[in-house]
Order: sequence, then structure tokens, then C-alpha cells
Amino acid sequence: MNYLMRRLATFPLVLLGVSILVFVAIRMVPGDSITAMLGTEAGLLTPAQRDSLAAYFGIDQPWFVQYWRWIGGILHGNLGISVTYGRPVLDVIVERFPLTLELAILSMIIALAVGMPAGIFAATHNEKLSDLGVRIVAMIGQSTPSFVLGLLIIYTLSAGFGVLPAMGEFAPLWQDPLRNLSQLILPAITLGFAFAASVTRISRSAMLDVLSDDYVRTARSKGASARSVIWRHALPNALIPVVTLSGIEFGYLLGGAVIVEQIYALPGLGRMVLDAIQQRDYALVQGAVLFIAFNFMIVNLLVDLAYVALDPRIRLGEP
Amino acid sequence: MVHLTRKLLSGITLAAMLGVAAVSTQANAATLQMAWSQDATGLDPHKQTAFSSLRLLELIYEPLVRVDASLQIIPAIATSWEFSKDGKELTFKLDSKAKFQDGTGVTSADVKASFERILDEKTGAAARANFLSIASIDTPDATTVVFHLSQPDVPILTAMSDVNAAIVPASEIKAGSIGTKAVGSGPFKLDKWDPNAKEVLSANKDWAGGATGVDGIEISVLPDEAAILAAMRTKQIDFALLNDPLVATLVPKEASLQLNRVPVLAYHVLQLNPSRKPMTELKVRQAISCAIDRQEVLDTASLGEGKVTGPLTIPALATDPSQLFCYKRDVEKAKKLMSEAGYADGFSATVIGATGEPPTAAAEAQVIQSQLAEIGVKLDIKMMELNVYVDAWLKGDFDMAIALNGGRADPYTMYNRYWTKAGNLQKVANYIDDTLDSQMQKGRAETDPAARKAIFAEFEKHLAEMSPWIWLYTSYSYTAQQKNIAGFVPTPTGTLFSLSKVTIQQ
Repeated sequence: MNYLMRRLATFPLVLLGVSILVFVAIRMVPGDSITAMLGTEAGLLTPAQRDSLAAYFGIDQPWFVQYWRWIGGILHGNLGISVTYGRPVLDVIVERFPLTLELAILSMIIALAVGMPAGIFAATHNEKLSDLGVRIVAMIGQSTPSFVLGLLIIYTLSAGFGVLPAMGEFAPLWQDPLRNLSQLILPAITLGFAFAASVTRISRSAMLDVLSDDYVRTARSKGASARSVIWRHALPNALIPVVTLSGIEFGYLLGGAVIVEQIYALPGLGRMVLDAIQQRDYALVQGAVLFIAFNFMIVNLLVDLAYVALDPRIRLGEP
Repeated sequence: MVHLTRKLLSGITLAAMLGVAAVSTQANAATLQMAWSQDATGLDPHKQTAFSSLRLLELIYEPLVRVDASLQIIPAIATSWEFSKDGKELTFKLDSKAKFQDGTGVTSADVKASFERILDEKTGAAARANFLSIASIDTPDATTVVFHLSQPDVPILTAMSDVNAAIVPASEIKAGSIGTKAVGSGPFKLDKWDPNAKEVLSANKDWAGGATGVDGIEISVLPDEAAILAAMRTKQIDFALLNDPLVATLVPKEASLQLNRVPVLAYHVLQLNPSRKPMTELKVRQAISCAIDRQEVLDTASLGEGKVTGPLTIPALATDPSQLFCYKRDVEKAKKLMSEAGYADGFSATVIGATGEPPTAAAEAQVIQSQLAEIGVKLDIKMMELNVYVDAWLKGDFDMAIALNGGRADPYTMYNRYWTKAGNLQKVANYIDDTLDSQMQKGRAETDPAARKAIFAEFEKHLAEMSPWIWLYTSYSYTAQQKNIAGFVPTPTGTLFSLSKVTIQQ
């Protein structure tokens, strides 16, 4: 409990650091909201026109004033207004987040459901032909870029079968579950494939480690069945690296899967941030990055707590 | 047969699993399903310059006049117009049936307020520079508008055909709601806009232009053009805008799809920076022009999808490129020019380009790099994110730049920004030439079409010979459609206005 409080207490500090980083980084990139909107035509503006547009976009003040205003707003729960959407940043993020969250959960389910059994299977068939087969597939999975797999799936479905889930407008889960799943299943497979491959590899090697441990040998010598050795004795200990990997991957996925969202035209967080960067929608980029960082910290915390649950010997926060 | 049945069965299962959209498209067959890869960036017709924004806003707002597929001026809100004899007074008669989508009629007061908004520096209007000759605006009655000009300005009429000169309700200007609410007098109303995801348009029943062919248009933003093509194959999408020639050339391979392509006014160009050594030397610039094989750039970078062009891309005014300086590659001449300029051993320079804008930019730079290597010019290619590129471009901070610059239906409006002494983008062109400047001024004032054509032919010839830039080619604008969509007319300006009369055949 003490540990939890201490961890939570560091959150504001980390977020402050992130806020400064993102604020400075996005402003260091050449170009601003005006050139993003007008492109090369921005050169036709007179200085007075430019000033008036800068005031409209809120970039007419020195950067520390802008930063101060932004931070002040956050303390009042106001992340600012997105100039592209003409709405509060928080509203836009909250609207986009369910898709990203759902996609991340689905891909993780696929990854764990496929990757763990495959990894355990390979470990228990170590150095046999079937192990080699699993390892080759996992290697291919890890090295296939998601845009290749995504486009391949889309092409095969549309050209070979003439079907494709509806693209463009996204149906939230609670409004139209069937349509929602049909839209998300392919992207989830695309993301889950590479994710499953990493899970396979890490669970295989963790399992191999554990299987050569003394306690497993003891269990075996006491006559425990092969099944019980693997599932009851070995697996819980082999889970720790899998949890670490899944936690990190999941954290990344919560930041949005830019490429997969692009290909499948899903209005998720990743595409939103990419568009916001291209349109120099400063408030939206800043707010979204802060939100993503916050999620990442929560996921990390949950991973640490999961360690304790998996291995009672681990005591968090004690020297 | 067994194989086929199995394939069919698995197809049906898949279709059921994925909840194919085909069912829903048939239910509202009169809605045109459209897709593009880049979404509009805003709703203020006076401030937007992004291609998609203009295409969207042209369906909602109307200017006083329009240009047709052959770039002739035709009526829009104005039914007729006339220049006074001295060319300093331009009078419009408005269509008395024209109505804004909030039900109020379009009056001369709205026209006056709209142009005053464009001219007001505080607005930050994109096209303000085209209207600086407007000295005052009179509104003798509700359907008559008189523009008093400070000098004869023929191109102003063409500039008024742009959606950047759209007429917006005076009441909305007063309320400060232009850009947040879209109230135009065009064929469609904007019901919903979810940026970077979707636009929903419905037919404007009161449109003065008559009934539209479809009840509405739904535009989906599908960022990947290969995915747009896939969605068209499965009939989810009826009509789409394509940018990438690589994707466009795949469309005719699908039996149910049709590709529309039309040469556009925008031009691909290698901009030299004549303020930087050694491009300060005329002979060096000319050598570069002679060393570049424009057709090869077009064939390699764009699969031959386009046409080699000189500076003027307007079909009625363009000169046959083979008549222009060094449009036939001549490496020997180029080498000779280089050594005359004192650069027999060549030089090194950097060329900048924007990633994906146009999609062919990197390929163009690479072909040019290899062609210029033959005369000893070592090019270093620097690709940048679009915004970073625009920033460097506007500052004129480059040796050479690969660019896709927009064209206009009038050569003066298209080029005065670069090649007149007072041009706003003179800093980008970095090249001052008295001849070009005086030719531009003459062309601006000349009202006789034949005389105008002669002036601009001279202008084009001189510009190609001075080679501040190396004009390469114009590409096509592509739209893809299902074959049951009828009535779309592609035009060189890229406008989608004819979607107002498009119908879906069953």
C-alpha cells in the first residue's frame, strides 16, 4: 500500500517532465499552425495577416507564456481547445480512446492466446522439428512489418473474396457490437501477429529456463504428471517475463497503432496524434502525449503489482 | 468446380463474419459513398488552401462565377457580368433565386461583406493578394454589385471563380461563425464533420442550380490509397480521389471500376535558387535545363502519367514545349555551358523535397540526381516532412527544391506572386527580371484575348530561357468511380463540383 502511494506520488513529477518535453519538441519542429493550414500559400500573407492568424492559433505569445497558460489550464482540468476539431482536447481524446483501448485488448488476447501455448509447446518439444517450425513462424511474425501484413490481408480479402469490413466510420462497441468487432478483428490480427510472435519466443525461452530448474526436477521425480509439472509448477514462474513483455507492448498499443490505424482507416489515438502533428495542432499533440504517458505509467504500475501476485517472494519497494 | 464452390462458400462465410457493408449501401442507394486519403483541414472558405478543403467547400459554398472544364468563365451566384470600357469597373448581376442554406436570399450586401472580409488583413484570407485592385464596392440594388478597381485588372474575374472568394452570409460574418458553421449557397449542406474521419453532406433542396442527382454524399477518410482501391473493389465506395499514380494505374484493371484522369494546372518543377552560387550564373541554370531529360523524369517517377510542360499549363495559352529552350536533352551543350560559366568540373548542391507531397517527389529527385551527375553536378537529396519543407521553401532556404506548385486558370494570378517585383513569393523565386515584370503587367491590363495570348507566349519563352526554375511536367488528377456512377466531369482545376449532377444508376 505504502509502495502504491509512493509510486502514485511520482506521477505528477513524471508528467511535468513529459509536458515540458512535448511542449518544447513540437515547437522545435519547423513550421507552425499557419503554414500547416495554408501550405506554401502562407507566403502570400502580409505581416498583419500573419499576426492575426497567430493570435487565432494562440501562438502569438512567447513560449513560456504559452506554456504557463497551458499548465494553468491543466490544473483546472482543461487541456485546451483543438484548433482542427474546434472542441476541447479532452473530448477529442476521450472519443478516440475506446477504439485504441479495445484494439489493444483484442491484440493482446490474440497474442497471449496464440503465443503462450505455442511457446510452451515449443519448449516442451525442444530441438525437435515441431519446435523449429514454431520458431520459424515466430521469426517471420516478428520480422513482418505491420503495413505489409495489413495490406496483404486487405488485398487478399478484397481481390480474392470481394469482402472487406466497412471502413471509414467506426462503430463503437456499445452501439453496434457486431459491426464493431468486424471492423477491429483484422487490425487486431495484424497487430496481434507480431505481438504473438514475441510472446511465443519469450515464453519458450522462459519455459526452457524454468524446466531445467531443480524444483521442476524434484516435482518430476516425485511422480507429478507432465501436465501438472508444466501447468502447475513451471508456468507461473515462466510468466514473469511474459507479463513484462505484454505490459510494455500493451503500453505502446495504448499510444495508438499508427500504421495499422492508417491502413484500416480507424480513427484511433495514433492517427489522431499523427494528424495533429502534421496540422501543428499544438494543444491536441500536447494533451494526447500527456494522456498516453499517463496510461503508460498506469500500465507499468499494474505490471509491477502483477509480479507480486505471481511470485509472493517479490516484495515491492523494499530494499 | 468443388474448388470454386469452396471458395464461394468461404467467401460467403467471410462476408457474413465481417458484416459486409453492401447491404447498407443498397438501403440508401441515393447517397454517394466517397473516399479520399487526406481530409479537409477547415471550413472557412476564405482561409483554406489544402486541396481537400477546397474540394469539400466547393460543394457547400459558391463564388460569383465558376470556370468550366475548358476554363471558360460561367455563371454561379452571378448570372452576368461586364467590364467597363476602361477596365476599371466590374459589374455583376446576381441570381435572384440564390439562397443560403439557412433560407435567406443571397444579396449584394452579402457579396460586399464577403469581399470586405477577404480584404481585411485581420481575416488572414488566402486569396487577398488577388483582390488588392478593388478600391470600393457599390451595391445599387439587392442583385447588383459594382467593383471599382484602382487599375485595369482582367485576371480578377478568374480569381473570383475560386472558392477562396466564396460568398458567405453577411450575418455569419457579423456573428463571427465562419469556419465553425458552414452556411453556403451551394448544392450540398454539411450535416456532420468528424475531422480526419468523415463528412456527411445532404442535398440542398433550395439550391438555385436545381435538383442534385444524389440525396447526399458521405466522404470517408481512408488514409491509405491501396485501402481505398480495396474498398472500391468490394463496392463500399462509389467514388474516390486518388493522388498516387501507382494506385491510379491499378484502377482500370478492375472490371467494375472506371478511372477518370485529366491533366491539371499544377506543375512539377525543379526550383533553382538563383540567389545562390553557382545558380546565380545564367549559363549554369541553362546547363541544368539542358542536362535534364524531362520525359525520363516523368516516365520513371510517375510511370509516364502526365505531360512534359513549360511554365504555362493552361491549355488555351500553353506553348508546345518542344519550342522552348533546351526541352530536348543536350548533354554536350550543357557541358559546354558549364565550362563557359567556369564550372567545367561541376559543383555540389542540395535539393529538398517533401515526403509524399507529391508522392513522386523522392523519385523525381533521384532521376534528376543521376541526370545531373552526367555534367558533374553532385546532388544531395534531403527529404523532409511537408511542414518542415514548406518552412524552408517560404524562407527561400534551399539550393534547389522539388516542388508541385498549384496552377491557376489565369497566368497572371498563377505567376505574379513569383515573377513580378512586388510578388509576395518573390523571396522564394529569388529572381528579378525586368522583362518578366513588364510582361506580367501588360498581360494584366490587356482585355483582348489574342493579344493576351501573345504577351504570355513571350513571357513563357523568356522564362524557360532564363531557367530560374526547370519546369518538368504536369500530372493528372485522378478520380476513380464505379461504372454505375454517371455524370461526373473531371476538370483541370480538380474541382468536384459536377458531383452535384452525378447520379447512381441501378
